[in-house]
Amino acid sequence: MKYLGIEPKKPKIAIFDFTSCEGCELQLVNKEETLADFLNAVTIVRFREASSSYSDDYDIALIEGAVSRNDEVKRLEKIRKTAKILIAMGSCACYGGVNQLKNEFDLKSMNREVYGNDPKETINVRRIKDIVPVDIEIPGCPVSKAEIESLICHVVWDSPFQIPVYPVCVECKQRFTTCLFEKGQMCLGPITRAGCNAPCPAGGSGCWGCRGPSVEANYPSFFSIVKEKGFSDIELRERLNFFGAFQEVNIS
Amino acid sequence: MKINLNVDVRHLSRVEGHGNIKIKVENGEIKEARWDTVETPRFFEVMLKNKHYSTAGLLAARICGICSISHCLCSIRATENAFKVVVPETAAKLRLLAKHGETFQSHILHVLFLAAPDFFNEPSVIPLIEKKPDIAAIAIRLKGVGNRLCDTVAGRTTHPVAFQVGGVTMVPEKNSLLGLRDELKRSLDDLQTVVDLFSTFTIPDFIRETEFVSLKGEKEYPYIGGSLISSDGVEHKEQDYQPMTNEYVDKNNTSKWSKLSRESYAVGALARFNNNVQLLHPKASEVATSLGLKSVCHNPFMNNVAQLVECFHVVHEAIRLIDELVESGPGETMAKVTPKAGEGVGAVEAPRGILFHHYKYDKTGRILMANCVVPTTQNNANIHQDIKSLVKKFAMTKEMTDEKLELLSSMLVRSYDPCISCSVH
Repeated sequence: MKYLGIEPKKPKIAIFDFTSCEGCELQLVNKEETLADFLNAVTIVRFREASSSYSDDYDIALIEGAVSRNDEVKRLEKIRKTAKILIAMGSCACYGGVNQLKNEFDLKSMNREVYGNDPKETINVRRIKDIVPVDIEIPGCPVSKAEIESLICHVVWDSPFQIPVYPVCVECKQRFTTCLFEKGQMCLGPITRAGCNAPCPAGGSGCWGCRGPSVEANYPSFFSIVKEKGFSDIELRERLNFFGAFQEVNIS
Repeated sequence: MKINLNVDVRHLSRVEGHGNIKIKVENGEIKEARWDTVETPRFFEVMLKNKHYSTAGLLAARICGICSISHCLCSIRATENAFKVVVPETAAKLRLLAKHGETFQSHILHVLFLAAPDFFNEPSVIPLIEKKPDIAAIAIRLKGVGNRLCDTVAGRTTHPVAFQVGGVTMVPEKNSLLGLRDELKRSLDDLQTVVDLFSTFTIPDFIRETEFVSLKGEKEYPYIGGSLISSDGVEHKEQDYQPMTNEYVDKNNTSKWSKLSRESYAVGALARFNNNVQLLHPKASEVATSLGLKSVCHNPFMNNVAQLVECFHVVHEAIRLIDELVESGPGETMAKVTPKAGEGVGAVEAPRGILFHHYKYDKTGRILMANCVVPTTQNNANIHQDIKSLVKKFAMTKEMTDEKLELLSSMLVRSYDPCISCSVH
């Protein structure tokens, strides 16, 4: 079926899970009003969490999770060789996510604490792009299904794929959400990339920056507001480190 | 009789996380029959250390992509018990309402998207969209109702945003609640169609006597907090969960294992049903009877049916809670919280079974020690024992093939609705 003279492609998609909670994959079977259309628009050849059939013939690999064991490195390298487009899906894949909080601890003593004298294999958490080249990143904890759908339009119709460059604050204004700083809470909304529709501030909880920095975020100004509102450096640092999305930002 | 069978499932499909089934029968002798979890450990108990109490629930939610509401609520309850905070009634009701939304969406996901394809001989729900459009439409519709209930009350289905130590940070508008009430009422017809469908399925006739552990309901079918009970007669208080769970490390598994009176025990919808059947909503009891589910049921495949029965229970209970919330209007939703040194335990019935979070705090409200005992962690040893028993009971016939045994053992594991990354955490 052509639309505006363009024949849609029906790409073969494979979904893979690494170190994560698998909550991002789960978003793929949400948004019920368009779910049937979504599943028709693509050919899902591999989706272990939802299907027993699988194939190694795919165009697009959607990767959820970070890397925290050596066998995952090998699995990821193999996927990269097959996939024409490799997409890092969610904050764990893009930034390490909350998993990377473990990198602050010593691996050996951590293992002893949890598993006693029977340690399990583990390495420091790494992002997908630390291991193989990534073509597209969709951040979020979890990712938004609407954004995944716009990505699908991109691969099916060649329509441009762009996630917002502006910060979460814009979406709070659109939703008439009272600024969390006004309620005495810290919020990373002013420096975090929008596209989530700001559910956390709307639910009464400040942004933790799961989607990473917005484009041209004004850090000096943001840090001075945080200080002015009475929050400590430790609080700020903990928040910036939570999803590992601001690793490149120097606070001081 | 020379029976040779070989099943080697690496990363079982249609379950959350990574686990393997390995069965080897040579000349009629069982050489191997195993269920092993191989998920990468994330070390949440270590990551929770030194975290401020206001962050713990947010981090704990990330243990699981399906039952994040349970993890968040359990974490917050552990902290509230440590600080001796009493949550205002409206907040407690909203939390329970969100909890019912999660149970509903999680059970629907499992029963219709993950377990049902086996009964249709399909690899997933995707072919059913064409072959059984009515059933696929119902599955999608019901999942939507559960998700909207969670979104409305918890702010988001996966990784909720409206729960903090002391109460809730968001109150849904009356009209949203009333809209949900209509949707929930309508979903009862769809659920009845699912019951009719399930009555046509042949559930494998497999019994292995098992100990079941759950919360013990007093006046209501239990979901958040309370004392602990096992079907073998063991009872403990919430804070004394450790003599109940007895976690230990197995060399083949990244998930710990648990045991109580026997070599393993089971948690989940079937355990809740078996231990609290008298507290089910009458309409849910009717459904149980119509599908042949009776307490105490020792067939793990019936966990699918117990989940469906619980769907009726939570829909009716959610409607009742909405009526009460609308009637009483918005009251106090946040208690005053003062951190103090001490420890607390939270126990919550997550969709897949009883969940514990246990934290020790310093006087500034930062975590010194964290321990999480997750439903599937408690089920893994029991699944392993079930697989061994299943092979003994069904595999030693000439009619059995590798393919049939792979399907049967996979269906057995799936019936537990395992959440493996959660179990390893």
